[in-house]
Amino acid sequence: MEPFLEFIRENLGSPGLAILISNPQFAFIQLLNSISMGMNYFIIAAGLSLIFGVLKVINFAHGAFYMFGAYITYSVTELMGLSFFWAVLAAAIGLMLMALIIERCLFQFIYDKEHLMQLLLTFALVLILGDLAKIIWGTDQYSVAYPAGLAGATNLGITFYPSYRLMLCVLGPAIFIALWLFIERTRWGRITKAATQDRDMLSALGINVPVIYTIVFLIGSALAGMGGALASPFNSPAPGMDANIIVECFVIVIIGGLGSLWGTFVGALIFGLVFNFGSVIVPNAQDVFAFLLLLIVLLIRPWGLYGRAESEGQ
Amino acid sequence: MGNLEVNDIHTSYDLSQVLFGVSFTVHQGKCVSLIGRNGVGKTTTMRSILNLTPPSQGSIVFDQTDITGIATHKIAKLGIAFVPEERQIFPELSVWENLDIARKFPLVGSATWNEDRVYELFPDLKDIRNRPGGVLSGGQQQMLTIARGLMGNPKLLILDEPSEGLAPKVVENLREQIRELKKSGMSILLAEQNLSFVLALSDECHIMEKGQIKYSGTPTALRENKKIQEEYLTV
Ligand SMILES: Nc1ncnc2c1ncn2[C@@H]1O[C@H](COP(=O)(O)OP(=O)(O)OP(=O)(O)O)[C@@H](O)[C@H]1O
Ligand SMILES: [Mg+2]
Repeated sequence: MEPFLEFIRENLGSPGLAILISNPQFAFIQLLNSISMGMNYFIIAAGLSLIFGVLKVINFAHGAFYMFGAYITYSVTELMGLSFFWAVLAAAIGLMLMALIIERCLFQFIYDKEHLMQLLLTFALVLILGDLAKIIWGTDQYSVAYPAGLAGATNLGITFYPSYRLMLCVLGPAIFIALWLFIERTRWGRITKAATQDRDMLSALGINVPVIYTIVFLIGSALAGMGGALASPFNSPAPGMDANIIVECFVIVIIGGLGSLWGTFVGALIFGLVFNFGSVIVPNAQDVFAFLLLLIVLLIRPWGLYGRAESEGQ
Repeated sequence: MGNLEVNDIHTSYDLSQVLFGVSFTVHQGKCVSLIGRNGVGKTTTMRSILNLTPPSQGSIVFDQTDITGIATHKIAKLGIAFVPEERQIFPELSVWENLDIARKFPLVGSATWNEDRVYELFPDLKDIRNRPGGVLSGGQQQMLTIARGLMGNPKLLILDEPSEGLAPKVVENLREQIRELKKSGMSILLAEQNLSFVLALSDECHIMEKGQIKYSGTPTALRENKKIQEEYLTV
């Protein structure tokens, strides 16, 4: 074993890979890091994907919504002194209100417009919201404390692991299941699915399609806000955090297939794995791996792992 | 209930005008047909009634309510069901899910139409209730589209070329079911290319050409008028 590890360390130049192979505890921690990161991203990307799936609008401002979620968490916990739980709730509700204003005043007018128009509008929103955040919170980097009960580590038998991150590993799948049940098992969910397929027919059946659009936009935006709130303890709220997240979310939803919930879940997990294991094996090259993966998926299955081929050409 | 009045409507797609002053009435429990060759404006007339393609001029009144220009879902809620030519089944939803989303909840009393009743009318649908809409045959799709329309308990059923692309046996079956619906008091507006289908069901026929009604009469009168048939219907 030792000569083999030696070979990896010296000849391949990857001490990280050698540790991964020789230390199962370390590998297990990396696995949990991947899952918790993937689940945080899933919550955000699911909102982006849901909004695209129904409204057919790619909302570049989704990252800014995430940033607002993080800032709101800071304000509610650090300035108002309320608990983290209330902050997450406030972030989700705050983003819903913001989304309601944006959808009613702007988005509702661009559903029938060409993609370029939609792109310009959501991009303008990125700039406006970025400046708005600076006006409200300035340009400082804030830190948000871990919630009281989850600040420590949990003993998993083979290793200790941060409780907060474990909570993310549970919360992500719970949100996935809740969204899945809503879409597949409720009449409203079925109507939402139908809205992705044929708006005119749906309204001819007596369903108020604009209301469905508004609700979907609110739910998707609330997920961004919640994702930002959940990320804030380890991803300090600061200007520019919206730009990184939107790129990463795009990688995830394109890998999984835009508009597919299951695809977003799998895409987020893959992204977490590639990012974490990639950075251990070749330090500082984690982004390269993620984009390489994106490139491969785009070349082999341009519509993503779980997307549908026919929606690609629209 | 179920009275439709279309008064002098003009409708365009972008720059090209398609309807030039179409007027007709559908009384309760009657079947009125729009006939004519391809592209004369039958579908556009129906889309105008539902405001899917808003008319630029004229008015549409349904049961004393002016429905000109109001939102499509509100028109549907007043009791008009549309069975489109392209069927427009939701492909990813199963048969029963397609029916379920079309269900309307009446404010008073109980619904006349529900899943069980449409399965009585179209027993074939019951056997395939879990199949996705996207994999149905033409005949099954047509039955589902009509059944879906009925789930909303309409007073007026608008059928756009229901017999198109169906086997003669299926068409015959469909004709009987539409006759049953009519007997129940439902008003029907029908667009068709199949003349015998029209003549068997209608109380009044309107022949369209170039976005206008050129001839109106009873099926009996039309059946005997070979000259009109020649001029507007034969291809
Ligand atoms: N979406 C559209 N955009 C532009 N023109 C259209 C559109 N739909 C229909 N038309 C045109 O409007 C005219 C009337 O079409 P319409 O579909 O109402 O005819 P129709 O009588 O239903 O014909 P068919 O028997 O083929 O169904 C045709 O000339 C058609 O080319
Ligand atoms: Mg037509």
